[in-house]
Amino acid sequence: MKKLSAFAVIFVILLSLVFSGCGYEYAELNLRAEYARDLEGTTLTVYNWGEYISDGSDGMLDVNREFEKLTGIKVNYLTFESNETMYSQVKNGGVNYDIIIPSDYMIQRLLNEEMLAKIDTSKLSNYDLIDEQYKNVYFDPNNEYTVPYNVGMVGIIYNSSVIKDIEHSWKVLWDKKYKDMALNFNNPRDAFMTAQMILGFDLNSANKSDWDKAAELLKEGKPNLQAYVMDEVYGKMETGEAAIAPYYAGDYLTMAETNPDLKFFYPQEGTNIFIDSVCILKNAQNYDAALMYINFLLEPDIATANAEYIGYASPNTAVIDNENYYYYGNEILYPKKENMPKVQYYHDIDDEIRSYYETLWIDVKLD
Amino acid sequence: MKNKSFGSRLIAAPYIVWSVIFIVVPLIIMFYFALTNESGVFTLANLASIGKYKKAFGISVLYAAISTLITLLLAYPMAYFMTKLKVSSQRMLMMIVMIPMWMNFLIRTYSWITLLANTGIINTFLGKLGLGPYKLMYTPGAVILGMVYDFIPYMILPIYSVLSKLDKSLLEAAEDLGSNGFTKFKRVILPLSKPGIISGVTMVFVPSVSTFYISQKLGGNKTMLIGDVIEYFFNLGPTYYNVASAISLVLMVMILICLFVMNRFSDDDDGGVII
Repeated sequence: MKKLSAFAVIFVILLSLVFSGCGYEYAELNLRAEYARDLEGTTLTVYNWGEYISDGSDGMLDVNREFEKLTGIKVNYLTFESNETMYSQVKNGGVNYDIIIPSDYMIQRLLNEEMLAKIDTSKLSNYDLIDEQYKNVYFDPNNEYTVPYNVGMVGIIYNSSVIKDIEHSWKVLWDKKYKDMALNFNNPRDAFMTAQMILGFDLNSANKSDWDKAAELLKEGKPNLQAYVMDEVYGKMETGEAAIAPYYAGDYLTMAETNPDLKFFYPQEGTNIFIDSVCILKNAQNYDAALMYINFLLEPDIATANAEYIGYASPNTAVIDNENYYYYGNEILYPKKENMPKVQYYHDIDDEIRSYYETLWIDVKLD
Repeated sequence: MKNKSFGSRLIAAPYIVWSVIFIVVPLIIMFYFALTNESGVFTLANLASIGKYKKAFGISVLYAAISTLITLLLAYPMAYFMTKLKVSSQRMLMMIVMIPMWMNFLIRTYSWITLLANTGIINTFLGKLGLGPYKLMYTPGAVILGMVYDFIPYMILPIYSVLSKLDKSLLEAAEDLGSNGFTKFKRVILPLSKPGIISGVTMVFVPSVSTFYISQKLGGNKTMLIGDVIEYFFNLGPTYYNVASAISLVLMVMILICLFVMNRFSDDDDGGVII
């Protein structure tokens, strides 16, 4: 027993040594809007992607702590790994979420199922900061339910120390020259997208034979690929283990910080664009606090901190036009009009087609 | 414990509660999902659809069988060799076998990536000698290697425990009766160590056939073992729980049949498989 307690004591001491010195210092914020404290003591539950908010690490702003300090509202912040997990949690989970930040096609599904509350943008004094090109998107044509949070496009990352000239096409993933050098997405929707782009198909095709053809193309390309990966792409590209990989532009910028040889292009066939937007759920318990939180996320200081932390493109003009913003004028995140690739959004695909291609993916793997 | 006093029942209670909550209830849930459709109506459609994944079943069984065989061929001599050593050396070797098991199995698998990668330790070393790089990772061989590495302690331990308890007088008797080394091994040691082998084979084959992580990390997701198919379906969400449960059910039944057959074999001797 003595040994056991000694072990426990030492373990706790070591833990506290490791985690000491984590005190957060609040920043001086320049705020555009006024924040009343009339909701002090209430709780707001926010459900967002993992690592998708500036959280106070590396001396950056802690957005939730700043909001709590400002308004006295307690933020119960929870994260998810995929739109689908978020959906099943919101639908069946025991927690009542107020704010969620899903992607475009998932918002479409939530709207079809009437799960979202209207957001009166006239009550958001910072809403005017949203860039016009991200308003009136297909899933929310009248800007009634969503406020854009982040934007991104998929492109191809390659290692310029290994590959000098590269065709700006999705076909490089199939090119025998690059056998065992290229990676592809390990999820059906994105992997199918690479094939659909080559075939010139609609990413949201309701035609099973389109998906069959794309699956055939994927099967053809499988022996040429090194692996299918998701998050491992960072390590593989940074160390030079793989030389070509499709991934999100914002994540490329993170990788290029570690390995400056990495270059990026948008394929000529076009690519997928996504928007993650802030929504309030219909059964939200603290609607007014949610509005306040959204307005706070739009604050120039907060949006800039988030954009720098996350590394994706911001739809907020106060960020895009801010010369002190780390990615100010970055042409990968914010391509000029003439360099803008052809883009397609993912839409919510009906259940039958979805389960069709999700099962086809197994055929591709087992081929 | 023949006379089950109130006290002894009380002692067993936490474990019984535990196993009901975490073994029996999940099994019932699995049966329920496997035999119903999304709206909860009884159906055999999930089970009928399993034919589509026969290739995944096939690959899983093949990989598991190969890795079990390799594990056995490596572990048996190792266990035999250990029993011949001084007790202190035996303890030492036992530690070496056990230490990797103290580490999380995910980390152990992941560390193979740093060894096998094109830019990994082995290829870097070979590169210094002017060889390679060889494609070591993302091959079926890498997956089997991962399985062998992760599960080999489960083969060594039962074989070692049987061999170390072997009655020395039986070996002396065999020698007195004129057996040479090989005959002694074939007719005395091997038959007597059968319970250990059967237990080891079970403990390696069963986790290998249902594994999913090893094949993803060391196989580069380029194929799917049956465990990968189940995991893929569960990650896609509730719409697939039924078919995933059906696959799990079939896999479980297959494993149970294998265990049953193996137990019958060991019953011919003095039985007692240690699982």
